[in-house]
Order: sequence, then structure tokens, then C-alpha cells
Amino acid sequence: MSPGGRRLVSSAVGGLTAAAAILVVCPLLLIFGFLLYQGVAALNPDFFLHLPKPVGEVGGGVANAIVGSFIVIGLAVAVGLPVGILGGVYLAESSDRRRPWVLRFVADVMNGVPSIVFGIFAYTVVVIPMRRFSALAGGFALGLILIPVVLRTTEEMVRLVPNALREAGLGLGLPEWKVSLRVVIPAARAGIITGVMVAVARIAGETAPLLFTALGNRFWHQGLDQPIATLPLQIYAYAIAPYDDWHRQAWAGALVLITLVFLASLAAKVATRGRTLAR
Amino acid sequence: MAIDSPAGAVALDRPSRPPAAVARGRRGLGDRVYRGLILASVWMVLVLAAGLVAALAWESWPAVRAFGFRFLVTSHWDPVAGEFGALPFIYGTLASSLLALLIAVPLSLGAAIFLAELAPGWIRPPVAFLIEMLAAVPSVVYGLWGIFVLVPWLRDWVQPPLGRTLGFLPLFQGPPYGIGMLAAGLILAIMVVPYITAVSREVLLAVPGSQREAALGLGATRWETTRIAVLRYGRSGLIGAILLGLGRALGETMAVTMVIGNRPEIAASLFAPAYTMASVLANEFTEATSDLYVSALVEIGLLLLLVTVLVNGLARLLVWSVGGPARGARA
Repeated sequence: MSPGGRRLVSSAVGGLTAAAAILVVCPLLLIFGFLLYQGVAALNPDFFLHLPKPVGEVGGGVANAIVGSFIVIGLAVAVGLPVGILGGVYLAESSDRRRPWVLRFVADVMNGVPSIVFGIFAYTVVVIPMRRFSALAGGFALGLILIPVVLRTTEEMVRLVPNALREAGLGLGLPEWKVSLRVVIPAARAGIITGVMVAVARIAGETAPLLFTALGNRFWHQGLDQPIATLPLQIYAYAIAPYDDWHRQAWAGALVLITLVFLASLAAKVATRGRTLAR
Repeated sequence: MAIDSPAGAVALDRPSRPPAAVARGRRGLGDRVYRGLILASVWMVLVLAAGLVAALAWESWPAVRAFGFRFLVTSHWDPVAGEFGALPFIYGTLASSLLALLIAVPLSLGAAIFLAELAPGWIRPPVAFLIEMLAAVPSVVYGLWGIFVLVPWLRDWVQPPLGRTLGFLPLFQGPPYGIGMLAAGLILAIMVVPYITAVSREVLLAVPGSQREAALGLGATRWETTRIAVLRYGRSGLIGAILLGLGRALGETMAVTMVIGNRPEIAASLFAPAYTMASVLANEFTEATSDLYVSALVEIGLLLLLVTVLVNGLARLLVWSVGGPARGARA
């Protein structure tokens, strides 16, 4: 092919890939457009402050679901965070070359397991023995989803901590656990927070694993051993119901949910940005 | 354990390697406790993963015993009569995922090549950021958008003309409901595109710069460089990225459940309603009354788990083969 022809092909492919990139971004703009268009109109103080109204009555809100989401996410963090961080430290600091591979691989594969499967697992090991759907079961299911994300980010971030810091600590005669907890993890803190926020952003929107663990509830939180409402569950219930007012509230709920998710993602970004500037 | 080389020597050998803080000989009480906690966490993760498989296998045992292999190849799903055949769900999951990949793969690879190789520098961060945001949108929000925007659009604007012009193909026959296989495939495509794009982009960025320089130095154009030096080098990683997308599509639940129509039938037409493995779990698990019904549903969950573990395991190995295990950790 002539040099001109080759250059032409190159630009043509460049154009095609640019078109692909535009097409990929389009749905995001469409989804956001509709969320803002439909959601903002349905937002009002009642939506944040009140319980759902009985079927057929217009108005009410999803205050219980917003509170419920925070409770279930809190439980998930309590379950998953310590295990994830300590596992990540193990991966980053183990001198063994072979064995950590197993944990790393298991964590990555767990990351790809469909979330609804974790729901079934939580159902069999928490709901069946307790004989009821509960906030605890939901928190357990989401905690399982959180672990691999926190674990792998912690590993990456602890690896970035310069060896000189560890050596300085050990050289001062500090025991290894103090070096790890007081020197290494604080040095990697921003990165670990990023990982946690990424994980929280992911579980905040999870619906499938909560369908038969947290179940949902039309009333305020009644104890951790009781079914509990969460925002995604409420959006799902409203979206598939045949009432216009509920559809309106589903859009509003989705707008609130996505705002929370993006705030968490943004917090993740800001945490690491501070980190890279400091280094 | 690194008994043959003390920690200091390890650090000298490979300066990037942290000293062996976790695995070393003599230590005080605090170190022993800390090490115990770390190992307990490691075992906790491994036990949970093993427990996941074990619990699902245990719960699905009654269904496995009652139906055996028949479960996978019969399509009669009648909870009242106690007849359970999972074929329509298996078909629905595979068909919707493949349809999604058919749409998503060219777009994602194109976008990834654009972002990693061809785009001017200033355009890359904002587009990469937008794609990251797409990946963060919760499934139920996609489903909501699917029900109220995508489905009516398909029903009123896409399916009627498709039926008129290509209606001689069995793929495009039947009444335009909007909901059905086509809607599920499209929403899945939108959902897996960001994953495939993000991982592919990381794979392409992991290709050493010397590959590109060598090709450019021989007089190749930008695209020739990408094709010869970059894509070929990163091929296994790109296949891994596609498999990761497939894993997501196979297990995706909420959005699909909301638009696929939830009817356990195998139809040739993309316009017809269908059902997937994940959707039947979402819809019927809380309503399952008999033990055998629950057991049959858990067996579907177990199948889903095994398939996704297989696909994801393979994908990870392929992605690691290009960039090392640190890449693609958060995808």
C-alpha cells in the first residue's frame, strides 16, 4: 500500500475508535439526563423525612430505606474491613513467593462471583439458622462482596510504602506489629481509604444479594435481627409496581442513590489525590 | 517461608520487595498475636470461599439427587407439580450474555484502543473518568432506566421497523413487546462495556513502550503500530478482559430481571420474553415454598457460581499474563 493509503487507514481507524468511545459514553449521558429530569421533579423534603405511604396513597418518602442502607453498609464494613485489610497486609508483606498467590487468586475470583450468589450463601448460613430475614444477613452478604475489593487495594497500597520506612522502624527496635500498625498502614492510609470507598460505592447499590437476606421493610429499623429496608430494594419494589406515584419515587430514589455512590467514589479519588501530592 | 535468607538479605537482593515482616522466625508476644490475626484473616477468606461452594452444594443436593442430569436439559419448570428443568434459564443466560458481548466487544475494544493509543493526551482523563462512572452506576438504576426509557423506545421505534424489514428472519419475528431478549442484551451490553473498556485499557497501557517505539522506528503508522506491536502483545490480556465482561454479564441480576420479561421459554426471536438463571433466583427465591423448590433454585445458583468462577479464573490468568497480578485488581 502507498504511504498515503497507509496514513489514510490509520486516520480512518482513529476515527472509528473515537466513534466507539463516543458511543460508549452516550448511555451515561442518557441515563444521567433521565435521572435528573425525572428525579429532581420528584424530590421534596417529605421524600427524605417520611415513611412510605400505604398502597394507593400519594406522597410519603423513603427515609427508612436511606437509614437502612447506611445500617446495612455499616454492618458490611464491620464484617469485611478488618479481614480485608489484614489479608491485604499479608499479601503485600509475605516473603513467601508461592502461597500468597492462592489468596490473591481466590480474592480476584470472588470479586467476579455474581452478587446474588453471595445472597444465597447468606441465606443458607444466616437466614436459615436464624429462621428470619434480617439486617445482619444483608450486612453479611455485602461484607463478603466488600472483602476482595478492600483486600486487593490494601495490598497495592501497602506495597507502595517505601522499604526505608519499615527498616527505620525495625532499626529503632520496634516490634514488627508496631511497625505494621503504626508506620506502614498509616503511611498507606489514604490508599486504603480509597479502596474502602470504592468498595462502599459498589455495595451501596447492590440489590440482588439483599432480596432474600435483608428482604425490605416498610417501617423504621426494628433491630438488627429484623428485616430492613434499603434504598436499592425500595427502588426495585417501586419500579416494578404499577403505580405512577411509586415510579416517580423510584426515579427520585435512583437519583439519591447515584448521588451517594458518586460521593463515595469521589471521596475515594480525593483521598488518593492528597496521597500522590504528598509523595 | 524464607528461612534460607534473612529479611535484610531479601531487601538487598530485590530492593522493591518489603522486608519479610509477616513470615520470620523469633518474635515477641505482640508479633505472635499480630501474625495470628493476619493468618486468621487469610484463612477466613479461604474458608468463606470454600464455604460458599460447600453450602450451595449441600443445599442443592436434594435437587441434584431428584433430577440428576435431567435438570440441565429439560425445560419444564413447574413448581406446583414439583417438576424442575433449568434449560430455559441456562439458555436465557447464555443467549443474553452472548448478545451483550456481540454488541459490547467491538465498542469496548475500540474505545480502549482510542483511550490508550490514539487519543490526544488531553482527552484521555475525562473520557476515562466518564467510563469509570458508568461502571459505578448500580444495577437497579440501569434496570429502572431500562424499564421506563429503553423498553418503550425499543417497542415504539426499533422493533416495528426491524420486524418489517428483517421479519423474514426468525430472530426478528413476533409482537414488539419491548421487554424481552433484545432489551436484556442491550442493557447488559451497556453494563459490561465499562468493565471491558477499563481492563482492556489497563492491558494496553501495560504493553512496554519499547514495543511501540520499535514499530514506529520502522516507519509504521499509529494504527499499524497499535495493530502489530500493541494488540498482538496484549492479545491474551484482551481476551481476559472480554472474559471478565462475560463473567459480569452471566451473573448480572437486577437490570436483566427488570427488562427480560421473565418467561421460562426458549424462543428463536429476540423480541420474545425470556428468563435467566440470576433472574429466576431474584424472582422466586423468597416465594419458594417446598424444600425441593428451594433446592432446585440453589442448584441454579451453584451452576451460576461454577460457570462464573471458571470464566473469571481463566480471565484473571490471561490478564495477569500481560501486566502481572497487580493489574486489573479493582475491575
